[in-house]
Parts: sequence; structure tokens; C-alpha cells
Amino acid sequence: MNARLGRLRSVPLHAVVVGFCLIWLLPAVGTLVSSFRPPRLVTVSGWWTALLPPFAFTMENYARVFGAYNMGRSFLNSLFIAIPSTIIPVTVAAYAAYAFAWMRFRGRETLFMLVIGLLVVPLQMTLIPVLRLFTALGIVGTFPAVWLAHTGYGLPLAVYLLRNFMGTLPKDLLESAAIDGAGPLTVFFRLIVPLSIPALASLVIFQFLWVWNDLLVALIYVGGRPAVAPMTVTVSNLVNSLGQNWQLLTAAAFISMALPMAVFFALQQYFVRGILAGAVKG
Amino acid sequence: MSTLLMALLVVVGVPALQVGYAVLIEAGLARLPDRVGRALRPWLWLLPALTFLGVFLIYPALNTAWLSLLDARSTSFVGLRNYAEAFTRGEMLIAFRNNLLWLVAFTGATVSLGLLLAVLTDRVAYEKAAKAVIFLPMAVSFVAASVIWKFVFEFRPAGTPQIGLLNAVLTAAWPGFRPVAWLVNTATNNAALIAVAVWVWVGFCLVILSASLKGIPAELLEAGRVDGATEWVLFRRVLLPLLAPTITVVATTMVIFALKAFDVVYVMTNGNFDTDVIANRMYKELFNVRHFGRAAALAVILFLATVPVMVANIRRFREQEALR
Repeated sequence: MNARLGRLRSVPLHAVVVGFCLIWLLPAVGTLVSSFRPPRLVTVSGWWTALLPPFAFTMENYARVFGAYNMGRSFLNSLFIAIPSTIIPVTVAAYAAYAFAWMRFRGRETLFMLVIGLLVVPLQMTLIPVLRLFTALGIVGTFPAVWLAHTGYGLPLAVYLLRNFMGTLPKDLLESAAIDGAGPLTVFFRLIVPLSIPALASLVIFQFLWVWNDLLVALIYVGGRPAVAPMTVTVSNLVNSLGQNWQLLTAAAFISMALPMAVFFALQQYFVRGILAGAVKG
Repeated sequence: MSTLLMALLVVVGVPALQVGYAVLIEAGLARLPDRVGRALRPWLWLLPALTFLGVFLIYPALNTAWLSLLDARSTSFVGLRNYAEAFTRGEMLIAFRNNLLWLVAFTGATVSLGLLLAVLTDRVAYEKAAKAVIFLPMAVSFVAASVIWKFVFEFRPAGTPQIGLLNAVLTAAWPGFRPVAWLVNTATNNAALIAVAVWVWVGFCLVILSASLKGIPAELLEAGRVDGATEWVLFRRVLLPLLAPTITVVATTMVIFALKAFDVVYVMTNGNFDTDVIANRMYKELFNVRHFGRAAALAVILFLATVPVMVANIRRFREQEALR
């Protein structure tokens, strides 16, 4: 409760807030309930009827999408794609952010403005040439192709966020370290990195979820290869091939949501902090 | 399982390689005269990032601009023909119209709902829980959101039990309501797609606007109340002007998203029934039609539409730096 604004003309206020919460929750609840319903019921009655007895729930849908519909493989693929695609850009960006924040050189401002400009460049501007590059290298449809692409695409935001954070570190501390004879290596690994942990954590979560939830990049550079396709690609294919089998589609969607939701609930504050800091990215 | 091995190698190897790189360049710089070393150092620390930016963003963007002036196979120069086609073909015009619709409706809805909810949740005891609920969709993919909402929009002919939430609620609440095929009916389908994206992004606007709202001192509003101002007047005359810079930031982010909208359209309708957007059109030109010239031209058009936002972001950055 907050004194900032006058205390509520209660009933309408609560009705509106709770109403919005319901609109936001009910579709997801319906998906969750449907994913546990037997196929014969899903197609003939609404999911809300399952909330009243007689209860009829099953795990069969999850077993089927994991096995027959490649969701198990896709889950691993999503991990194989997302983990390196998070680690590489964050480490690469940390060096650049250090240089931008604490080193003096000609063109620093201009170069950083270029990074800011790159934040909003539509990925579509890069797809054809990068696809040709990967074709020439023979890596289309492989994990490294997606790692490299995500690294390039994730860098502007990573450099931007880290540079802004590192720029706020206490100047006296870094200068006195330099006076004590600490070289740039020591300063970076002993001071900058440990002090930047909050920003690094936000960035890691942000980039991980971004890659985990990405459809376009995976679609372009992995295409339809089931051995490499992440869950977003697999689920979007299932939407076409399974059509009305809502019990399977909802189960597949929930498998793809499980990890991000866990991350969200466990690390919400870091995620929100990342969003607040990175508000300029499209 | 060679994939696992490769992934492990990358996860451990890349950071190791990075540390090795820093040690190596610093060892090299230590051997150089002080002045040369100091001039060279920033560029060596920037080198990995600049290489990636050059190879995956800058060079490709320039190359795409050039490809947009070539034909389908990128073999001969055709001038502005791809652009002329982009602005005259029927399916392209529909995509442009839809992006415009996204731009106005999506941006307007997300920003105004975010603002409304920021002000309202500020006044309830369960503020945290309410904000978490609204924000939750931000964590999941658009593909998952599309499945969730495709099920909400599910249509069954009148007289049979509706299994889609929306038609079920409307038929129950409103006797005589004829169920609507929301994603097929051209009067409703664009609004339905935009609603899904709004559901996902309102949380983003809410979180940012709410943080900004918390920064407004309560005394300011108290003073207004003592002077007898109504809540509406306080909102219009005090809160809105103070929130204006944040609203601009949030709105520009939404504009960028509206221009690049792809996932929801690709998954839910694939652009059928007059719902296509530029990004999906480009995907089709690239993979279905295989016309690289037209695909590149569409990318350039998208890029040009983002230039004003880019300029605004850079300008805002310079103002912030000047204040430091």
C-alpha cells in the first residue's frame, strides 16, 4: 500500500486489477489443464469442465510429445543452442564494455553511438548475407551457426548494458588500484568483473531467455533439421501438423515454457533489472 | 554424443580462450613502448566484439542494401525495381497496411494499458503479485503464447459446444451470439493477432512505467490533494508530464517491435486471410519464392522505418552523457 496516490474508491479499482489478472492468467491455465486431459474429451468440451468432477486427467499427452513428436530431442537442442549463445556474447561484450567505459581513445564516443544504433537494426537486414556466409562455410543447419549468429545479434545490447554499468563503478577505486601497480588484466579480472556481477547476472538471464524463446534466428539458420531444431521451431511445426490435437499442442507448449517460467520465478528481480536497464532494445 | 562434447568444449573453451587472449595481448603490449601500448590497448580489447559486429551486423547490412538493387538470384542490377514492386504488389500492400495497424494499435494498447495498470496496481495491497501475473508472459516464447491464444480463439460452428474460451464466454454471456472464427474472419483476425502480442508486452511497459512512477515524490501529489485537485487532474497535470520521458522510451521500444512483428503471425496464421506483415513477407520471399532481391528490399524498408528511432536513441544517449 502506498501513500503516493489516494486510497482507492475500492470496488471498481479491485475489479479492474483482478479482471486484468484473470485475462492474463486464464488462457495459460486453460493450456495447462488441457495438456492433462484425455484426447477424447478435449475436442468435445471446454477445459473448464475438467475442473468439476468427474475428474479425468492423464500424463499420456506429455509422454507422446516427448517421444513421438521430438520434444525431448528439441528440449536438449534448445539447451545446446542457448547456453553457448549466452556465454560467448557476454564474455566478448565484457572486454569491449571495459574498453568503452575505462579506456581513453579517439573515436570512443562515435564507436559507442554505432553500438547504440545497432541495437535497433532489424535482424532481417543481416539474414541473406549471413546465410550465404554460413553456406560457404558449410555450417548451415548446425549448432555453431546458431551460436555465431546469436553472438553477433546479442552483442550490441550486451556491450551497451555492461558499459553503462561499468561506467558507474567508483573511479577512485580503479585509479588507486592502478597507482598500486595493478595492470589492466588485474583491474579487469579482480575488480571490474566481481563488481559487475549484478549486471552480468541480469544480462545472462536476459540473453538466455531471448535465445531460448527465439524463433526467427533458429528458423533461418537451422531450418527444419529435427536433429538441431530448438523447441520453438518444433512447436511451431506441430501447430501446423497437429491442427486440432489441442491436448498435444498444449503439452508441447508447456514443455517449452517450463524452463523460462522457472527462471522467471527464481530470478525475477534480475530479469526485471535487466529489462529496466535495456529499455532501448527492440 | 559428439554434440554434448562440442557444447561442453564451447562452454569451457570459449571463456578460457578469452582469458588467454587478454593475457596474450597484455603480454604483447608490455613489450611495446608505453605510448604505443596505450594507444593500441583499447583496440585490442575491443577487437573480438568489433569483429563479431562487423561480420554479423555491419557488413551484412551493407551487403543487403546492395542486394536489394539486384535481381532474384543476385546476378544483375535492376535499380529500384524491387522497391517499385514492394510498393505496388497487392500482397505487399496488405503487409504494409497491417504493419501500420500493428504500429498504431499495438503501440497504443501496450503503452496505455501499461500506464493504466501501473497507476492502478500502485494503489492495491497485492501490487507485487498483480505485476508478476501481468509480467509473466514476457518470460515465455511467442510460439508458446501463440499456441495458448490459438486455443482461446478456437472456433466451433454455432450450436456445438465451444471449446475456445473466447467464443464460450461470449455465447454464454450473450444469448444469440454467433461464434466467430477469430483468426479467419478478416474483420477480426488482425486485432486477434495484435491482442496476443499485447498480452505478452504489456508487462514490459508496466514494469518500466511503474518503476518510473515510484520515483515521483508522494508529497507532490499530497500537496495537490490538499489544494483540492481531483485524482484525474493530478494524473493529467502532474503524473503524465513527469512520466512523459519514460513513456517515450517505452513507446519507441513498442514501435520497433511492431515493425519487426513476425513470430505471432508466422505461427498463428502464416499471413493467410490478409494478416501478412513485412517480416513474414520477407521470410516467404527468401525461402518460398527464393527472390533475394525482393527479400532484401523488404529488409531495407524495415530498416529505414527504424532509422528515426535509432536517431532518437542516439540523441537521448548524448543528452544523458552531457549530464554526467
